[in-house]
Amino acid sequence: MKRRSFVQASVALGTLGSLVGCATIPDKAKVVVIGGGYGGATAAKYVRMMSNYMIDVVLVEPNDNFVSCPISNLVLGGYKSIGDITTPYDNLRSKHGVIHAKDRVTRIDAAKKTVTLAGGSTITYDKLIVSPGVDFMWGSVEGLQAANAAGQILHSWKAGPETVALRKQLEAMPDGGVYALSVPLAPYRCPPGPYERASQVASYFKTHKPRSKVLILDANPDVTSKGPLFKKFWAENYKGTLEFRGNHKAVAVDAKTNTVKFETADDVKASVLNVIPSMSAGSIAMDAGLANVNNRWCAVDYLSFESKVARDVHVIGDSVLASPGMPKSGHMANSHGKVVAAAVVAQLSGLAVNPQPMLTNTCYSFVNDKLVVHVASVHRYESDKKDFIPVAGSGGVSPGPSELEGVYAWNWARNIWSDTLL
Amino acid sequence: MKKRWFLSLFLLTGFVQSAALAQDANALHARALAATCANCHGTDGRTVEGSAVPPLAGMSPDYMVKQMAAFKNGSRPATVMHQLAKGYTDQQVALVAAYFANIKR
Repeated sequence: MKRRSFVQASVALGTLGSLVGCATIPDKAKVVVIGGGYGGATAAKYVRMMSNYMIDVVLVEPNDNFVSCPISNLVLGGYKSIGDITTPYDNLRSKHGVIHAKDRVTRIDAAKKTVTLAGGSTITYDKLIVSPGVDFMWGSVEGLQAANAAGQILHSWKAGPETVALRKQLEAMPDGGVYALSVPLAPYRCPPGPYERASQVASYFKTHKPRSKVLILDANPDVTSKGPLFKKFWAENYKGTLEFRGNHKAVAVDAKTNTVKFETADDVKASVLNVIPSMSAGSIAMDAGLANVNNRWCAVDYLSFESKVARDVHVIGDSVLASPGMPKSGHMANSHGKVVAAAVVAQLSGLAVNPQPMLTNTCYSFVNDKLVVHVASVHRYESDKKDFIPVAGSGGVSPGPSELEGVYAWNWARNIWSDTLL
Repeated sequence: MKKRWFLSLFLLTGFVQSAALAQDANALHARALAATCANCHGTDGRTVEGSAVPPLAGMSPDYMVKQMAAFKNGSRPATVMHQLAKGYTDQQVALVAAYFANIKR
């Protein structure tokens, strides 16, 4: 009851703002969140909820809609549409009173505690939550950036237009062609993602283009996640369709011939070439000097996810330097979002920060249209190590692919989209 | 009509500004702990319509404590919950169960 009246109040306030013609973007907010992915959107919503709608939150996110990376491989397989994985941001405003600044941050001034937006406005914050996901290290594969900009060689590693474009390339490919997927060295976003993607394309080929082939060209020596599960399924179901080649670190592409070149292996020419470059923290975290580890990832104090190099700036999600066994996943970013929300609300309320935060991860992979395998883990903050550690005896993987897990995987997606955005 | 609406807005604004920011620390920490379930079981344990993953909102705390124990000792078969349940202490399970028991379905 109480909570509902708070919601009404905050929604009413938002309405009042638009009625009297206030600027959409305020010049001051207690909490500013950069990036509306699994981490940032969750953090924005939970700061509002956990403060009983007392703390104003501005979410800076250039898009109107959230497009989910998890499940996006099923769009490539042809089993889901881009609409199935898209959720509007509007509910964060209407249900939770989050102010959505449809823009991107170009500058963080941690000393003055301000962010500057591309549109020119400046917002002063008490707490900044930076959740920009990953950006690509284009220099790691020569020629890729131009071939990608031309729409020819895609990564499709951020769900959206490239997901749809890659599906079109697969549909247009004649039967008998080769789809080659280049995987970067770990760590990268979504460890099992490439292998799920290869499985999805193999499933599509098996039904619709049976003479075609999937080639995984992996910079890592072996499958980096759920290896035994994927490899067993491939051997039993995609023999002759899917081939895995380890130690294939891509260094260049030739767009004219649609060929990928490697550090040590022979060149591979493909009908559809899908090259995922190496990744770093999102560009705003890089530009702001928050990526203090190898100029690539952001080290944080895990109790509150506060940056090791900037006070009152908290970094979450894929940009963070991961703890042992902590994957760069949507589920994990959502978990970060809640820990940071509780920490920020506590600090702004003059309360002690939770001394024992917890994180979970559950990651499902579809090996065809219905069968799914998972990996799950639980991570506990250990004060003596100042780090998140997987709880001994917890977590694990599926015994094998099952349709029941397929049902749970889709319902996981629907519920985490709701938890993040509704 | 319009006038009354603006008046109530004004009153609400005053109320918002004078109220405390957050609950006490323990309540906030328990809420954050329960939120680790929400990724799959929905915010505050309220799932989307027709969800195959069960809602936790309003669940009897005795029932939840027993189920988590059954997941832990393997007497209740599961796809992932037997792996996740083992990550939580009995004390944490009790806190989570108490939190969801107080959420309206």
